[in-house]
Amino acid sequence: MNRIQTLYKSNIGKKVIAAVTGLILFGFLLGHVAGNLKVFTGSNEQGIPHIDEYGQFLKVAGEPLLPAGALLWGARLVLLTSVILHITVVVQLAMLSAEARPVSYVKSKKKAASLPALWMMFSGSLIAGFIVFHILHFTTGTIQLGEFEHGYVYNNLRSSFSNPFVAGGYIFVMVVIGIHLNHGVWSMFQTLGIDNPDRNKFLRTASTAVTTAIILGFIAVPASFLFGLMPEAANYAHDLLTGH
Amino acid sequence: MRIKLHVWRQSSRSDKGQMETYELDNVIEDMSFLEMMDTLNEKLTVEGKEPVAFDHDCREGVCGMCSMVINGEAHGPKSETTTCQLYMRHFDDGAEIFIEPWRASAFPVVRDLVVDRSAFDRIIQAGGFVSNHSGPKPDPNSIPIEPNIAETALDAATCIGCGACVAACPNGSAMLFTSAKASHLGLLPQGQPERFDRAKSMVSQMESEGFGSCRNYAECEAQCPKGISIAFIGRLNSDFLKASLVEPIDRRGDMKAQ
Repeated sequence: MNRIQTLYKSNIGKKVIAAVTGLILFGFLLGHVAGNLKVFTGSNEQGIPHIDEYGQFLKVAGEPLLPAGALLWGARLVLLTSVILHITVVVQLAMLSAEARPVSYVKSKKKAASLPALWMMFSGSLIAGFIVFHILHFTTGTIQLGEFEHGYVYNNLRSSFSNPFVAGGYIFVMVVIGIHLNHGVWSMFQTLGIDNPDRNKFLRTASTAVTTAIILGFIAVPASFLFGLMPEAANYAHDLLTGH
Repeated sequence: MRIKLHVWRQSSRSDKGQMETYELDNVIEDMSFLEMMDTLNEKLTVEGKEPVAFDHDCREGVCGMCSMVINGEAHGPKSETTTCQLYMRHFDDGAEIFIEPWRASAFPVVRDLVVDRSAFDRIIQAGGFVSNHSGPKPDPNSIPIEPNIAETALDAATCIGCGACVAACPNGSAMLFTSAKASHLGLLPQGQPERFDRAKSMVSQMESEGFGSCRNYAECEAQCPKGISIAFIGRLNSDFLKASLVEPIDRRGDMKAQ
């Protein structure tokens, strides 16, 4: 514990925390996009869309080994802690760096720093705001941008994303997340000391490729609803979804 | 050649400082950048003005004294070149050139373009050494070293400690310098006994000097006159992490069977 405290106090330690929490959040995105793609797989024999079933599964996942919701809330706790830690250390480091150059250059030029790297704070702030909005929109239903009924994931998506402004807004934020990850994923390898000249090209290409794949997967959902490519869901009885 | 110079003038540490403009019309293409500065200073002296103070020593690119941000780039526009090895032929006739000191709170301006880089000396003092026995001189090459390791250590050792990495970093971080110094010893067998202590104490000294944190921009590598790779930063991160969490492993003690 003492060692972790010492590590946290150092700037490199804070970067390591940003890298590890970033990795956790990246892992979440991988799971999230895999789940999202269920909107394209159709419905079961009772007419329940697979994505609704999947939403139901998330609530009871871990049963009967764990009580219902335990896995879901456990995961939410880990994710929330990661987001808070990620933001805290990054803000602390940014404040420190602002103090490190009190007088700025009259003329300054960037030779190597990429725009995604320079925009990390901006893209990160936008993503933080989006996370809050997204939960209020599709999880709690507090923000109504279309018809919303708990558990009817497919219909909720269809209703919100048929609005071009909502779909467009989601697609825009996905691109911002892609820009954030393009630097962030590679940066994690460098911070943890995993990158080296002999694997630099591979790690950078892999980071961009996986990021692009994830973001295209995310964009596919609002884009398909927006362009009317998705069929209407069959009406199914409420009691077929066990948790509602 | 005619050139127009905008130079940072600051009379003392406490002075606020400002940019001043000078014109020079007797610049020869084959002058080095520092010789051009000498010409400017001769002109200022003749005019009864205070010459521009700037750091310089060997003027052959190895001492690490010259330190100017030229048109927004540490050591100017030519890559892997120190200010003293930059020539006026690298600029166009009629060029407008901005000259500023390294900008970092850990490198306070002493006067004009001269900054106090003793923070770097203190980082070296914190861990830039190896323990040697004081007995008879060992035979040369008595410790075998894998050639790639030796070459990598030499690459790190080409750091001249000029501070361009700090000047170039958008965050004013000194990670490239510290990692090069920690790595050139930490890679070699002679540097192993203190390897993890070195990483910890050099990083801790670096952080206490008020340098910013590394954000993996690689701007330092691009503006380093010796082209030192950010791979060393990754290496220091890794050594520091091990030093903080695992090393030194104390495995002395009895064990019981069951």
